[in-house]
Amino acid sequence: MNATEARTRIVEFPGTVAGGDGDAIVVDVPAAQWAAFAEFAKDILGCTYFSFLSAVDWKDEGLEVVAWVDNLDAPFSVLMKTRLGVGVTSCASLATVYRGAGWMEREAFDMFGIHFEGHPDLRRILLDDDWVGHPLLKSYAVDTPYPPYR
Amino acid sequence: MAADSTSTVVKELDYTGAERLSMNMGPQHPSAHGVFRAILTLEGETVVGVDAVIGYLHRCHEKLAENLAYVQYPSIASKTDYVAAMASELAYVMAAERLANFEVPKRAQYLRVLVGELQRVASHCLWLGTWCMDMGGALGGGATIFLYCIRERELVLDLFESLTGARLLYGFHQVGGVRYDVPEGWASECRTTVDLIEQRILEYEEMLEGNAFFMMRTQGVGVISRELALDVGISGPLLRASGVDCDLRRLAPYSSYEDFEFRVPVETAGDCYARYKVRMVEFRESIRIVRQILDGLPEGPISSRPGVKSLAQVRVPKGETYARVEGPRGEVGCYLQADGGPKPYRMKWRGASFSNLAILPHIIPGHGVADVVAIMGSVDPVFGEVDR
Repeated sequence: MNATEARTRIVEFPGTVAGGDGDAIVVDVPAAQWAAFAEFAKDILGCTYFSFLSAVDWKDEGLEVVAWVDNLDAPFSVLMKTRLGVGVTSCASLATVYRGAGWMEREAFDMFGIHFEGHPDLRRILLDDDWVGHPLLKSYAVDTPYPPYR
Repeated sequence: MAADSTSTVVKELDYTGAERLSMNMGPQHPSAHGVFRAILTLEGETVVGVDAVIGYLHRCHEKLAENLAYVQYPSIASKTDYVAAMASELAYVMAAERLANFEVPKRAQYLRVLVGELQRVASHCLWLGTWCMDMGGALGGGATIFLYCIRERELVLDLFESLTGARLLYGFHQVGGVRYDVPEGWASECRTTVDLIEQRILEYEEMLEGNAFFMMRTQGVGVISRELALDVGISGPLLRASGVDCDLRRLAPYSSYEDFEFRVPVETAGDCYARYKVRMVEFRESIRIVRQILDGLPEGPISSRPGVKSLAQVRVPKGETYARVEGPRGEVGCYLQADGGPKPYRMKWRGASFSNLAILPHIIPGHGVADVVAIMGSVDPVFGEVDR
């Protein structure tokens, strides 16, 4: 499997739009297909290496979850992205597909408040359990006080 | 951070003793190399579950990056992985350059590789020293190797000091090139230093590999399978010690790495000893690259970007990119979303140590408490990069 073959296979996957250039494939995935596409990427495209998962807050347009996986043999990489929709804070978990997603999703939950459905152990990872708010949301001001600290 | 949680993954042993015991390790534990807490669930002497608690060193790097201009952040980037500041700075400036289509002069690219490889030598020195000190008494004289390694690391830091004026956090890279050129006489000093270190590495190997305790404590301990390694996304020496031939310098060459000859060591055992072997070869290969650069450093400018009067003058067009470099600990990556302004819209920092540390709950169960220290040291985590 090389990048060109991977692109033709991705077209077969319903609802996805593939972009990007060369060995860096960018795929927009419908939120409902998120976990199914991850399995497809791992099993069919051979992207067995999990690099990272995170999110972007597009303010009025809602949250976007992004994940980067690699096929190290070809090599090519797939950046998969999904828009959760306005006001939606839940997303399918990839932790059962890639074990590396476990901690990455905990961080995205911590920072963006995204609930990953099916995650075996979803709790804050960097901040304390009693922290109020999710700091990487655009609505969270840099100087938000946190008693007893400023 | 989760204060009172118990492990979720528990390995079942055929244990007939008393009930399970929870043991706290850290957050201030000398073998953690930073602030890290592990809540161990024990059955007798054997660990059956680990809850890794991180976040003590969180400094909101990603939020900071959204509030600092492209020309401001690189010097802060060095504070993620402070043991290998040269690598982390490079990841950020590469991402910004890729989005902005900035050309980097050949001389600057070579200088980036030069400092990156020297940094790898310095970082591996710190790893070897602290790891051997963790396993302490068993190696016959706790701090011996540590003091030797620190002695060599200081020599590399001296080189960095005469190059940049700083010993730990450099601010060497800037968007468009590098900030400092090598001063007069630096190259010969550098040659003398790497010659000396190359010779000393042999001495360490003789000391360690001739020590039965060292071999017992590292061989067959903390085995990571190839499949688990890929799935969790560990990188660098850990990944290569588990039989995956993956080095970003070879896989996706950046900053003219394709111009240099070097070997990528791969081991298949996946244990602490394999990780040690990989890093010992990397020492030599880094020195080899350093010599190649000193022999053929091209002439020319060191930065393509003219000076700016205001920070907001460096703008990056709308777009996204993910730039990654092979740091001493593995894949250091920076995912940037730019909206056309002078600051990034979103920056995600992929720290190599974060993913590397995530392997611990998968490999520690089944080992004794003393092995936890050996395994953790072989992972070589830097908590500035884990917590960011």
